[in-house]
Amino acid sequence: MTKFLSGLAKGMATTARTMTTHAHTQQYPHVKPELPSRSRGVIALLEENCTSCMLCARECPDWCIYIDSHKETTPPTTEGGRARQHNVLDRFAIDFSLCMYCGICIEVCPFDALFWSPEFEYSTTDIRDLLQEKETLGQWMPTVPAPEPLVPELPQTEAQQLVVDVEPEDDPAAGRTTKRGAGEVPRPGTEEQP
Amino acid sequence: MAGDIVEIVLRAVCVLAAFLVLPLLVGQTEHKVMAHMQGRLGPMEAGGFHGWAQLVADGIKFSQKEDIVPLAADKRVFRIAPALGIVSYLFALAVIPLGPHTVGADVPGSLVWVLAVGGIGTVGTLMAGWGSGNKYSLLGGLRTAAQLVSYELPLILACASFAIAAGSLSLVGIAHAWTPWWLLWQLPGALVFLVAATAELQRPPFDMPVADSELVMGPYTEYTGLRFALFLLAEYAGIVVMSLLLGVLYLGGWTGPFDHQIGWLWTLLKGAIFAVLIIWIRVAWPRLREDQLQRVAWLGLVPLALLQLAITAIGVVVTSR
Repeated sequence: MTKFLSGLAKGMATTARTMTTHAHTQQYPHVKPELPSRSRGVIALLEENCTSCMLCARECPDWCIYIDSHKETTPPTTEGGRARQHNVLDRFAIDFSLCMYCGICIEVCPFDALFWSPEFEYSTTDIRDLLQEKETLGQWMPTVPAPEPLVPELPQTEAQQLVVDVEPEDDPAAGRTTKRGAGEVPRPGTEEQP
Repeated sequence: MAGDIVEIVLRAVCVLAAFLVLPLLVGQTEHKVMAHMQGRLGPMEAGGFHGWAQLVADGIKFSQKEDIVPLAADKRVFRIAPALGIVSYLFALAVIPLGPHTVGADVPGSLVWVLAVGGIGTVGTLMAGWGSGNKYSLLGGLRTAAQLVSYELPLILACASFAIAAGSLSLVGIAHAWTPWWLLWQLPGALVFLVAATAELQRPPFDMPVADSELVMGPYTEYTGLRFALFLLAEYAGIVVMSLLLGVLYLGGWTGPFDHQIGWLWTLLKGAIFAVLIIWIRVAWPRLREDQLQRVAWLGLVPLALLQLAITAIGVVVTSR
């Protein structure tokens, strides 16, 4: 009986305490959420980096990446030189109605053309409108956050030093971390080794 | 004669206005208090400022819904049932005094009147359960009947204790006879009243008749639109009536500082305390099982109420000598 009554009292106390603390509700449309930079919101495309190598389209588990390209020939710049060919990207589209946000395309891209962005407000009223072309994918590039330091507690330079100390040559983890935003984070080892 | 009629109409309009506004206030309080007790915000959009118009919006939504009467239903009984539930609390509210003279209808035996018309609402729920032509509704209705038979007794015994202590069956008279000693002397009776009133209103933790995991929505399963809204309104009007009644019986109604000027405010405030308590109980406590429900009434509340009655009787005899 006393256990029963104390349980009732405890219930009242807990609810009263909860009432005096702040609510957990986020008022989403009015207040935008602060998402961590690792959020998998949408895949952004940096078109200049894309070489139409098709790796992402081939690795995509549900084949939601569409790439069209053609070859263009650059005439030789010097007399007697060789004409060079390069790929020109005509179409790069991701169908977000199929995409399962696995991120393999981003992992596999050797040229850092694809990035995760925390942007998530791109729902549509028609499923067909979720097929986003390269213009739209490119518009999400400014929303891509700067890469986080490798070890969060340490300042950026120390974090890089740590990676160098642990594994100078072929650490797969170090190689992957440099992949995101190669412009900001120098490849480990390049500072010391000439 | 004409003046009398005007006065009667005016009083009726005032009671009706209170009847329509106070349950909405309680409902909005429940929305907000329950939300914050669960770490939520509750309605925030309707009306702009903290969702103050949520229940108005709900009412508009209910009124737009189709009025469906099931084919198997006893149609007339099905249609009348919600009205019965709501009218009983309207009648009860009419005699509850906010001040010594601020009362819809000054009836000599107003306590008896409140308890008597309060029972009519039960018949409304029973009619809803029977008339729906649905087995869940019928089971819910029978549970309602069983519950209300059990809890009506301790409720009346607790009220009888207050009446004996005051030597009056009029709510105004009881509030006049109130002294601060009642807070201690009548405490068991007040506890019995609070629990029995919550059960009478079929509010959690005593909501076995509408146990949604077993009986869908009990007697209200087949109801929709305005008729369902009337049942909801009756529930919240019931909270208002029971809270004000307990405020008048146990906390002395309008008694308080400056009660000549703001006596009605004291009554409303004391009622609000109990209304919030009833909401709080709903949030904090788990639902009772059907057999536990009966045990609490017959083995807990009835003996406690009888004990209170004996204490009151002894107290009255000793002090009046």
